[in-house]
Parts: sequence; C-alpha cells; structure tokens
Amino acid sequence: MAPAVEVQDVYKSFKNVRAVSGVDLGIESGRFAALLGPNGAGKTTLVEMIEGIQKPDRGEIRIHGMPWKGNEQRLRHIIGLSLQETRFIDKLSVWEILRLFASFFSLGKKRVNEILELVGLEDKRQAWVVNLSGGQRQRLALGIALLNHPRVLLLDEPTTGLDPNARREIWSILLDLKKRAETSMVLTTHYMEEAEKLCDHILIIDQGRVLREGSLDQLLADDTQEKIIEFTLDAAGLPEETVSAGAPFSIDWDSYNARGTVILDHIESQLPEFFEFLHQKNLHMKNMECRKKTLDDLFIELTGRRLHE
Amino acid sequence: MSNPIRHHQFFHLIAAHAKEIIREPAVIFWGIIFPMLISLGLGLSFTQTRDVVHHVGVISDSADAGRNDSKIHAFLREHGQKVSEPAGHAPKYRLTVENPQLGDTTFVFTQTDWKTATVLLKRDRLHLIVEPAGGGIEYHFDPRNPDAELAYLKLTKAISGRPVASPEIAGNIEPLTVTGTRYIDFLVPGLITMGAMMSCMWGISYGMIDKRSKKLLRRMVATPMRKSNFLMALMVVRIGMNIIEAVLLFIFAYLVFDIAVQGSIAALIVIFLAGNIAFCGIAIFVSSRTANTEVGNGLVNAVVLPMTVMSGIFFSYHNFPDWSVPFIQKLPLTLFTDGIRSIFNEGAGFVETGIPAAILVAVGGIFFSLGLRVFRWH
Repeated sequence: MAPAVEVQDVYKSFKNVRAVSGVDLGIESGRFAALLGPNGAGKTTLVEMIEGIQKPDRGEIRIHGMPWKGNEQRLRHIIGLSLQETRFIDKLSVWEILRLFASFFSLGKKRVNEILELVGLEDKRQAWVVNLSGGQRQRLALGIALLNHPRVLLLDEPTTGLDPNARREIWSILLDLKKRAETSMVLTTHYMEEAEKLCDHILIIDQGRVLREGSLDQLLADDTQEKIIEFTLDAAGLPEETVSAGAPFSIDWDSYNARGTVILDHIESQLPEFFEFLHQKNLHMKNMECRKKTLDDLFIELTGRRLHE
Repeated sequence: MSNPIRHHQFFHLIAAHAKEIIREPAVIFWGIIFPMLISLGLGLSFTQTRDVVHHVGVISDSADAGRNDSKIHAFLREHGQKVSEPAGHAPKYRLTVENPQLGDTTFVFTQTDWKTATVLLKRDRLHLIVEPAGGGIEYHFDPRNPDAELAYLKLTKAISGRPVASPEIAGNIEPLTVTGTRYIDFLVPGLITMGAMMSCMWGISYGMIDKRSKKLLRRMVATPMRKSNFLMALMVVRIGMNIIEAVLLFIFAYLVFDIAVQGSIAALIVIFLAGNIAFCGIAIFVSSRTANTEVGNGLVNAVVLPMTVMSGIFFSYHNFPDWSVPFIQKLPLTLFTDGIRSIFNEGAGFVETGIPAAILVAVGGIFFSLGLRVFRWH
C-alpha cells in the first residue's frame, strides 16, 4: 500500500530565500508525524506543498499514491487541513461556518452536529466567530478540518499561542482520533511536548532541511550513555571564564541565573570529579538535577540554537 | 438528502455572504439611509425657489452716501434700505426686488474704495463694483463669472426703473417644476447608479481582499468548493442588495419628491442589472491580486473617483471641455447613468438603452474573465 504522504527531494524558494531544500519523507497510513522546528524553519512551506496550496520548484509529492496534478478534486475530498491562523467570517456563527464548509463536501446537518460534539463546541453553536476565544477558534478550525472524515489530516501549528489548557483540549481531540487509526496526520509545531505527546514519528527541521527523524525513542537513543546535569550555584553574576577555568569537562554557564549544564558520558566516575572541582573552586551548589535528554537538547546539539530562539 | 438545494454549496455561499452583509449595521446606514439623506439634502436645496443675494461694491469718495450726489448714491437714498453699521463704517444699503415666480433678488451695497473693493472681488465677496462716472454709472465685473453677469443685468434693470422681469415678459415664464425636468429628477437616477457602483466596488473588492488577507480564500479553495460558485454567490448577493437599496431610494424619492419612471420598467430592470454586472466584473478584476487592504483602497478609488466626478452624477458632464465629452460618454458609469436617466426622465425604452446595456454586460464579462485568469486565491 502506498504511504499516506510521500515527499521526494522537494525544493522550494521564494525570491532569494530557500524555504525547503531537498526534503524527503514518508508517512505510513494511520501514523501521526510531527514537523518540529523553530519559526522560519520551512515547516509551513513544506506542509502547504503537501496540502497542494503551493507547488514545489522540484521534487514530487504524493498522497495515497496520487500526485496533486490531475487528482486535485479527489485529493481535496480525502484531506482535511487547518492553516496557521485562518480567520473565519467574524459575523457568522459556529453552526453557520460549519454548515458552509460541510456543504463544500456535500455533507449535511448530521455531520455538523457530530463535529460540534467532537470538538466540544455544542454550547457555542450560535456564537459568532468574533466572540470565540483563541482556543475555541482553533477547535473550530480543527472541526472544519475533520468534517470530511479525512484520510490525511494536515495541521499547521494548531496550538500556537494557546494557553496550556486550550492546548490540552486540542491534544485530547487528536489523541482520540489517533485511537481510531483511520487518519494519518502531519502536524507542524515548535513545541517539543506536542510532538512527543501526539506523534509516532518526528522530523526535526531547520533551514529547510530534515536534520534528524525517527520515533522519540530513536531520536533520543542514548548510545553514549550521556546524562545531563543541570545545577545552580550560590554565585550569581560569576563570569563564565571563572566557572569554566580548569574544569574537567565543558560547562554551559548562564551567569545571570547562576545555572550551569554539563553533559557526562560516564556519570559514576565523572560526577565525583565534578564535585571535587567545585570544592576546589570553593563554589557551593544550591541545586542539582540529573535528567534525560530532550528534543530541545537534541536540537541544540544539531544546530547550536534552542527551538524557541 | 431530503432537500438537495439546502445542501448545495451555492445556497450556503449565498446565505453566508448575505448574512455577513446584513449583520453589519453600518451597511444599512451607508447603503440605504445615506443615499436618501443625500437626495433629500440636494433635492431640497435645488428644488426650492431660490432667493438670490448679490453683493455690490459702491466706490464712494466720502463715507456717507448722503453727501455723494452721484446717480448711484441718489438711487440708493431713494430706493435702498439703510442698514446700520458700527460707527466708523460706511452704511450699507439693501434693495430687494420681489419676484414670486423666480424668487426674490436682494442687492447688498457696500460703500468702499477701489483697493478694498478689488480685494473683496478677488475673494468672491463682491460680484460687482459700481463707480460713479460723469453723470452715469460704470460697472466692473468678471465677464467669465455668470453670477457677476447676472447681478449686472438685474441691477441695471432695477436702476433703470424696470422690474427684473417685466409683466409682459414674466407672462411667458413658466418655471419648470413638472416631474422629469427638475434637478431632483436629474439627481436620483445618478444616485442610484453611483450607489450600485460604490456597493459593487467597495463591497466585492474590499470583501475579497479582506478574505484573502485573513487567509480565508486560501482555506476555502483547499476544499472541493467550486471557485465559480464562490464568485457567483458573491455577485448575486451584491446585486440583490443593490436592488433593495435602489428600490428603497426610489420609493423615498417618489414619496418626497414625486419622482416617476416615464419609460419602460423592463428596460430599466435590464440596464440596472447590466450596470451591476459591469461593476461586479470590474470589482473582481480590481481585487484579483492584492492581499493588502491599503493597496485595495487605492485601486478602488482609482476606478471610482474619476467616474463619480466625470460621469454626470451631480451635474451634467457637458460642463467639461468638449473634447473630453466623447471619452466621458464611454465610461461605464456614464453609460449606466445616461441609460437609467433617459428611462426615468425621457421615457426611453429598449431601443435607446439596449446597446448601452449590452456594452455594460460585455464590460463586466471581459473584466470578470480577465480577473479570473490572474486571480490569486492564495
């Protein structure tokens, strides 16, 4: 069976900016994939090319084996999507907007009622779009994306700008959908928790390229036994040179917050060494935490920048 | 499906566009009340018999006309009514020539010197300067200013002792107040066509640019929606609104000014629809590319402003230089307005308005298809 979404060697440039630069990806039917990357990484351009809204300069895109050219009407019926920040008509009610979009798929009231229940907007059915909260608007956009029982769902930053509660509401709708395993999804996000929580397959994207991809476990696989130690010292304002001088391994030091990070390969032997070093320098530790590697750490490792910079 | 029409996208698109308009209270004011107020304001001010005031400067050596013995000063002392002025200012005189048929004419005479009189003339606060010369009167005015010339003619008649219109001449004057010849009859058809143009251009263009900038167009064409349904629904709703606005304005003008349609109602409906099609097509062309409302503003104004001024909405385009008239007559708003006006006031029908209507439909069709070819949905 053909993959739900197949992207082969796709390039796209705007004027003098190369937005997407040789991307390949394949998403099996029923799988949820995340395109994780900072703003400006090329996620939206990539997902809009998959949506058929933009055309690649080079390369091929197929959805369930069908390229956009020649299959536009069929593909429009099997995909559902939400764009980054669509503003629907202010003075139409939730019910009216859903009815309008349902009519594009020749669907009637029954499906609109199902969607209202699915995205939890039953009590807002008569409310005008202009009076909805940010979270409610995003749930409406998601409801519209789900109207036609899409086989492929494409969501561009569905929770950006939402508060944690509103974000969890969207997540729970998507997790329910995942259980039914009828839909494949591609979602763009710059929240690593979102990618971790929702998706089986994560593609880390920066500057138009896929830097690394795989399941969360694969991406964070710890071949080197690396451990991350975060600590705070009773020494605010101490410059980096002072802390790092003579250290047995490299210390990433944030002097304003008096917080440092070290990565240790052999924690049993190196941790005592580290304490000894602090003792010699007469530095007093206030707090220490040993934690697992995160996607953010991986991103820093790959690009030297944080996801949210 | 129980009712296929109620599930059809065209029906829902029409409902959505219509609700979007109706739920904006300002639409009711600007689309319906405002044109009525314009017709009321302009209609009343131009259909009442006008009382005219002419300001005349009288060159006087001395501050007091009583000490001047020229002909004009003698005339003022005899017929004029002295208006008291603050101390130190020369008294003014008023003279009113009554005429119940054409309206009263009042002359206000200000005694002044040449220098002040020239300044006042430049500022259009005097129409005419009179100066005693020998035993008679010398008149100075700008011959290109029709008001000044009229003031001169009326004043010479008044001074020579004849009424502004002598009885035997007045007997021939029949003021035109019959329906079809008054200013309001000229104005209302123009207001109807201008309203339709404005509504198409601003409503469709602005609405489209707004939807494009909100990414709503992009979202809609990412569904199986037919683009032609979307555009047709937009035009149908707009034309429907324009019909309601035009009918309400007509009813208002009928009730207040007793305006009437003298020609063929069928031809009126046809050319009204043709004009709407023309401007819907132009509006879609104008809004086919930009997603920036300020650029859209400029584009719409570039279309709307020249036609509003030139196409003879408020005054006849024959006031423009002769060489420009053939060009003006080919503008869509001129074709539209001349057609509607001839049906209202001249009893015209399909014979007179058929060709303009066909041209308007063609204009709409051409701009619509050009616009569709370059249309940016994303």
